Amino acid sequence: MDDLRELYQATILDHNKKPRNFRVLEDANREADGRNPLCGDELTLYARVSDDGRVEEVTFQGTGCAISKASASLMTDFVKGKTLAEVEADFDRFHRLVTSSPSTPAETDGLGKLEVFAGVREYPMRVKCASLSWHALRAALDDEGQVAKTE
Amino acid sequence: MSFDVESIRKDFPIFETRMHGKPLTYLDSAASAQKPRAVLDAMSDFYGSHYANIHRGVYQLSAEATIRYEEVRERVARFIGAPDPREVIFVRNATEAINLVARTHGEQEIEAGDEIVITTMEHHANIVPWQMLAERNGAVLRVAEIDDDGVLDIDHLVSLLGPRTKLLAFAEVSNALGTINPVRRLTDIARERGIVTLVDGAQAVPHQPVDVAALGCDFYAFSGHKVFGPSGAGVLHGRLPLLDAMPPFLGGGDMIESVSFEGTTFAPVPQKFEAGTPDIASVIGFGAAVDYLESIGMDRIAAHEQSLLAYATERLAEVPGLRIVGTAKEKAAVISFVLEDVHPHDIGTVLDGEGIAIRAGHHCAQPLMKRMGVPATARASFSLYNTRADADRLVDALQKTVEIFR
Repeated sequence: MDDLRELYQATILDHNKKPRNFRVLEDANREADGRNPLCGDELTLYARVSDDGRVEEVTFQGTGCAISKASASLMTDFVKGKTLAEVEADFDRFHRLVTSSPSTPAETDGLGKLEVFAGVREYPMRVKCASLSWHALRAALDDEGQVAKTE
Repeated sequence: MSFDVESIRKDFPIFETRMHGKPLTYLDSAASAQKPRAVLDAMSDFYGSHYANIHRGVYQLSAEATIRYEEVRERVARFIGAPDPREVIFVRNATEAINLVARTHGEQEIEAGDEIVITTMEHHANIVPWQMLAERNGAVLRVAEIDDDGVLDIDHLVSLLGPRTKLLAFAEVSNALGTINPVRRLTDIARERGIVTLVDGAQAVPHQPVDVAALGCDFYAFSGHKVFGPSGAGVLHGRLPLLDAMPPFLGGGDMIESVSFEGTTFAPVPQKFEAGTPDIASVIGFGAAVDYLESIGMDRIAAHEQSLLAYATERLAEVPGLRIVGTAKEKAAVISFVLEDVHPHDIGTVLDGEGIAIRAGHHCAQPLMKRMGVPATARASFSLYNTRADADRLVDALQKTVEIFR
């Protein structure tokens, strides 16, 4: 039960229940689908990127588990206003956090609220849930209209 | 003699292990069944004392290994009511069995414009091989509908059958919903119209007596690993005249009569379909599983599971916000469900923490999930070694899940 509370922290449960930025972005100029073929989770990521390469707005829609929904919700809050290079660095940091060994101290520097996903390290089967939205975001920002898969 | 589930559990070493410090509650036998000690011992004894390649050596060890392997064929034929052991082809699993039929019978007998009929409740293994065949040869795939309970709409299925229908393929038991289809009725309908039938029996053989002759199907496919045997051994049953008329599947050793660079003649069935060295030890282990099941009796296993199904269905109704997906009257002990506001994956993770193994996801049946209006479900499947206490633990853990996500 303690492990479970570590995974399903209050922040994650809250964002699962009331996901932020959970809507279609009408004036998006970037968009990508993310799919987890293993479980059928699907989400669409919308972003509006300014001419000088800054993520002005980012939203999402779709179905998924608490981990994937909360991750998408917290991510959209987190990357808003950042440059593409900053988002790429965030992706790397987040990925390192959720895939690092549970026996090492979690590196949460610069991840702010996203540190709640450290608990995912204990659940290797759930890493893909946590990173699905990030893969979709990267696909949206890299090339438009790509489908991101976690497999 | 009463069904002594506690003594049956002692036959399965896995139940001595603990999950997260808790006893293992295994409710995922529809994905793969656990193995009784008899199966492990048979394989270990075979490798340790009797192993050699089959159908090849002139020495005693090889001759004995061949006899043991072929004896399993006879036992399996008896177990599923096949009139002739040559009708039992050993393959890896049900998926390979269905692909074999699509690649041989399908390629030879089904032409552009011909129709293949399947149902909405099929596992991907009974969809994709036919789709691939249709892609290759221009055949048309048609799909019979089901109702909201997950029951096959037979009138709709019949309306799809026409002069171009060459094959009807369907599951005896749905892996995702548990629905039991009226196989004999469907094979009668097909036979009257000269349509060949393939029954996916992967979810039926572990749970109820199967008699392919009484079912009246042309092909019957199942996996040994769901029938308490090792992974790597499965069965395609086919009626002899059909098998004889089919071209080989894979070419190689063991499936030939004579080879020259000018041409090759093929061995008769079943060897024609068993190219190369098969998974000999898994077939031996599968034979031990069949013996084990016969020693208990499939009728008694079916009765035990039906009583568990009724009990678990009733108890699950206590969980607030739980809805069972698949409510056919004729059901195997498979319960798919969704919880309001909790995704099946999260259910699976919370239950895992309680030592409970269930399946969460689309169960390799995405079109069916779409028809039932859910992206995924959680699925608890019961088997001969499950108890009412397992169902109680499931319900308790689901209550806990509801609390966490409240």
